[in-house]
Amino acid sequence: MKFTLSWLKEHLDTTATLEQVRDALTMLGLEVEGIDNAAETFKGFVVGYVVEAVQHPNADRLRVCKVDTGSGVVQVVCGAPNARTGMKGVFAPAGSYIPGTDLHLKASKIRGQDSNGMLCSMRELQLSDDHTGIIDLPADAKVGMPAAAALGLDDPVIEIKVTPNRGDCLGVHGIARDLAAAGIGTLKPFRAERVKGSYASPIKWTHGYEARPDSPCPIVVGRHFRGVKNGPSPDWLQRRLKAIGLRPISVLVDITNLVTFDLNRPLHVFDARKLSGDLVMRQARDGEQLLALDGKTYTLDPSIAVIADSRAVHGLGGIMGGEDTGVQADTTDVFLEVAYFDPIRTAASGRKLGIQSDARYRFERGIDPESVHWGADMATMLILELCGGEASELTQSGVMPDWRRDFTLRADRVKGLSGIDVPAKDTTGILTKLGFKVAGTGPWTASVPSWRPDIVGEADLVEEVTRVYGFDHIPTTSLPRLSAISRPVRTPMQRRVPQARRALAARGMNEAVTWSFMARAKAERFGAQQKTELRLLNSIDATLDTMRPSILPNLIDAAARNEARGLSDPALFEVGPQYKDASPTGQVRVAAGVRHNMAVPRNWAGPTRTVDVFDAKADALAVLAAIGAPDNLSASTGAPDWYHPGRSGVIKLGDRVMAYFGELHPEIVAEADLKGPVAAFEVFLEAPPLPKQKATKARSKLILSPFQPVERDFAFLVDAAVEADKLVRAARNADKALITAARVFDLYAGKGVPDGKKSLAIAVTLQPMERTLTDAEIEAVSNKIVAAVAKATGATLRG
Amino acid sequence: MDDLATIRNEALSAVESAADLGALDAVRVAALGKKGSVTGLMKTLGALAPEQRKEFGARVNQLKGEIEAALEARKSTLGTAALAARLASEKVDVTLPARPESRGTLHPIGEVMDELASIFGEMGFTWAEGPDIEDDWHNFTALNIPPDHPARQMQDTFYLPSRADGTPMVLRTHTSPVQARTMLDKDVQKMLADGGSLRVIVPGRTFRIDNDATHTPMFHQVEGLVIDRVTHMGHLKGCIYDFCRAYFEVEGELPIRFRPSYFPFTEPSAEVDIGCSWKDGELRIGAGESWLEILGCGMVHPRAIANCGLDPAVYQGFAFGMGIDRIAMLKYGIPDLRSFFDSDLRWLRHYGFSALEAVR
Repeated sequence: MKFTLSWLKEHLDTTATLEQVRDALTMLGLEVEGIDNAAETFKGFVVGYVVEAVQHPNADRLRVCKVDTGSGVVQVVCGAPNARTGMKGVFAPAGSYIPGTDLHLKASKIRGQDSNGMLCSMRELQLSDDHTGIIDLPADAKVGMPAAAALGLDDPVIEIKVTPNRGDCLGVHGIARDLAAAGIGTLKPFRAERVKGSYASPIKWTHGYEARPDSPCPIVVGRHFRGVKNGPSPDWLQRRLKAIGLRPISVLVDITNLVTFDLNRPLHVFDARKLSGDLVMRQARDGEQLLALDGKTYTLDPSIAVIADSRAVHGLGGIMGGEDTGVQADTTDVFLEVAYFDPIRTAASGRKLGIQSDARYRFERGIDPESVHWGADMATMLILELCGGEASELTQSGVMPDWRRDFTLRADRVKGLSGIDVPAKDTTGILTKLGFKVAGTGPWTASVPSWRPDIVGEADLVEEVTRVYGFDHIPTTSLPRLSAISRPVRTPMQRRVPQARRALAARGMNEAVTWSFMARAKAERFGAQQKTELRLLNSIDATLDTMRPSILPNLIDAAARNEARGLSDPALFEVGPQYKDASPTGQVRVAAGVRHNMAVPRNWAGPTRTVDVFDAKADALAVLAAIGAPDNLSASTGAPDWYHPGRSGVIKLGDRVMAYFGELHPEIVAEADLKGPVAAFEVFLEAPPLPKQKATKARSKLILSPFQPVERDFAFLVDAAVEADKLVRAARNADKALITAARVFDLYAGKGVPDGKKSLAIAVTLQPMERTLTDAEIEAVSNKIVAAVAKATGATLRG
Repeated sequence: MDDLATIRNEALSAVESAADLGALDAVRVAALGKKGSVTGLMKTLGALAPEQRKEFGARVNQLKGEIEAALEARKSTLGTAALAARLASEKVDVTLPARPESRGTLHPIGEVMDELASIFGEMGFTWAEGPDIEDDWHNFTALNIPPDHPARQMQDTFYLPSRADGTPMVLRTHTSPVQARTMLDKDVQKMLADGGSLRVIVPGRTFRIDNDATHTPMFHQVEGLVIDRVTHMGHLKGCIYDFCRAYFEVEGELPIRFRPSYFPFTEPSAEVDIGCSWKDGELRIGAGESWLEILGCGMVHPRAIANCGLDPAVYQGFAFGMGIDRIAMLKYGIPDLRSFFDSDLRWLRHYGFSALEAVR
């Protein structure tokens, strides 16, 4: 919402400076977004009189001008074709900042001639795109006067951001009311006198339905004018509209715009001769069409309020008028529409039709319903004053919406909610200045004015009082402590996120954050088939149209982008949500990662190695360890089909899946245009059960043996298909009391090992607790191990 | 006599000239071994007269001691030299790089979330979460944004197919639906009924249809919610003030300004500015010539409280919402929002944090 300072002062009697007005507006919640103050921008720029303009001795296209600046005559070299003796222009002295060229002027010599300033074009002042010549001011412009004043730009333009609840401040008068309440001057009442009509209106307002306070258009007022003279508006009106960026059209149209921006009262005028019969407020019929004032034809339906005559629709209620019945330069008879339209329905229609207009903007925020009466009076006065002619009697249809509401404001409520101790007289004074009728001595009863539909309860009254009294009175009170000691912020389950993140970063991976959505084709490759509930209805584009069923596709893309930028061997992870379905439980938290290509790059100290399934397994297990998963996890085959079927696995606790790991399926790697293998993992952070709550944090007792452990190696020959884990478990369980660990340290197949077999070597640790083991005891355990492994896997000890 | 002197001279000079420990041992054997020259002298003692034996024996013993000492000294010298030679031969070029190992990093968003946890944790807040895919009621209606409310246009919402019962589904446009989910929680309601105070922060992903230089369709917010019977705007201001000072590490005074604003789910509503200045293109938070908008907040709207099953005549409190990406940009001088989500390794390494970056 834009307005000028002088416009504001028509509604506000004040001596406040521009800065005071600016600060007060912002602190009232009418945030000042910008002030265009030409007087400030063009400070030092004056009206200059060209005493003499002669050809530059050394340049065909330049002139040397002697300019009277009112405080002396200076020489300026000018390149404009229209620079001539006797003209008046805008003179910028040396040292000025020229906005259009973003330069500071310097006194200089141009081709040997002194130039101590500049005569400016419109473009150089950023007032328009015109750069055909320098500004040619009227002959009566006073030499030496500030240029901004001579250009009619000495009125600062203020732009404020109006929040959706403050429709009443979409008119200058409403803004002035807020400022007056805050002590920045006195609100001037505006003059809207009832003009008695001299004839009966030949066009009457009617309703196509029984109008009720909650109808799409509860009430409409209007009247007929005859013998008016349309044409260009007077200067003051044109200037006012131009200052806030509106294009003057004709005096009748300009009047409607003026009242819209001045009093937040949108109006419409029809060319009465183009109407047939009475005007009716009704809902559109399916398929009805209207060529609107924006030049577009709209097809309507019964949800849209329209204004129609006996023949056709001529306006979209609260949004826009029709082209065919609009006023023209030669219009002599007009019909005025001053209506109230329901905000919610107006907004819905506007959205449906895709029309933004100044009228819609206001109606959908709720205008003053009573304005149908004073708005008609104001419009009448302006039309008669600026266009002449005579007015008919008023015509009206419908009933006044029910805007009267009273709320109680308890005396302690302002302080209770805001923390500010507002004196009672200020509380009532502020509400009164805002237009509330206040009764009582605290508690008070406040009657809401017709222009404040946003006030719906006591809390709103508190806001009105405190924002006008000043939010800077709010005390700064630290929250009292809830308990002597602080509790953990995050639950053990929530802490798994930082635990996983730190574990993976410590393993050399870089954390990424990627979109929650991805392309549907990718999502479907990663398990989102048939999940229509996860497809966005209004995505930004097709590459972001489905909620991700896995984080991996995003990380694969990120890895490929990095490789394309020459950043090799990316190792990326993300800890975030993925979506199984659209329910709250369908969102699961996953730590996922990819490592591409080299695990060990070329280096002077040893061989290189590419990533493989065991890198992914190590990452997954590291995350599980970091989040406190139990250690009786098992790995098996059966990862989803985006992994390499032979080089991937599932980590489970019992039957529950904790994680997937493996090399990515070569098809997916190829699709991503990646050249080397990709090791990937997905750990389901919520899958491992939380440890049982115990009374204390005490660990179980640590029992250390004083006796040396013994390590024995066994090399087994076993069928190639036998899983190592099965063999190790068999060995481990051969003597649970004595064996504390068993691990694979060698795997061999090839020469010396029969086809279809492999050699698996394990180291078993024996830990006696009672005494040192004898050779015979070690021998006995070894035999038990060999027998147990043979029984479980068919393995034989390698000779 | 001559024998003794000769043996002495020969042995001592052999010790001196032994080049390594092996040669030295040969010298020891030649002199003191079973068939050694000194041992040979000892063997001659038995043939001498008792007086001569005593005198000569003493001399031989002295010689033996002398040679042993020389051997020991030489052995030590040679050992030191051998160690020095070995150390010299083992020298490497320490300017060679360590074995390759990549340095992992944490994303600034997660880092800031951890900072939020620690600062608000000190103030007695706990961490609450809710789903990204929300139903229309929690995202809007519960928060006093009924269908067709103009405020719905303030937020460009991503929609998903409606539930079977017709409930519209959205990607949450703010973290505020978790306010509703928290207040509706039976345990929370009981805690409040028992006179307790609800203090939660809700960090998380949020979504709006916006995709330009300064907007991304996904971003991060943190919501704060305090509900009890007495908390007022002064506490809200104190909470934001304390947070900003801790987060931006402002030692001195921090100017803070509440400006009236509008959010459907708070009343009164405010936008908050904090003092700042710019020096050499770097933002300094603290007393300065400018204001920086930091968040929106207000007292929870009585209708929102009622919608969530609490009596607004009894309970009141405040809520605020802040952009996590934004405060990360402000604190760490990250110029471009879009780059947060691009996963460019150069960016992740430059703006990222080390794995064990201490969280206060």
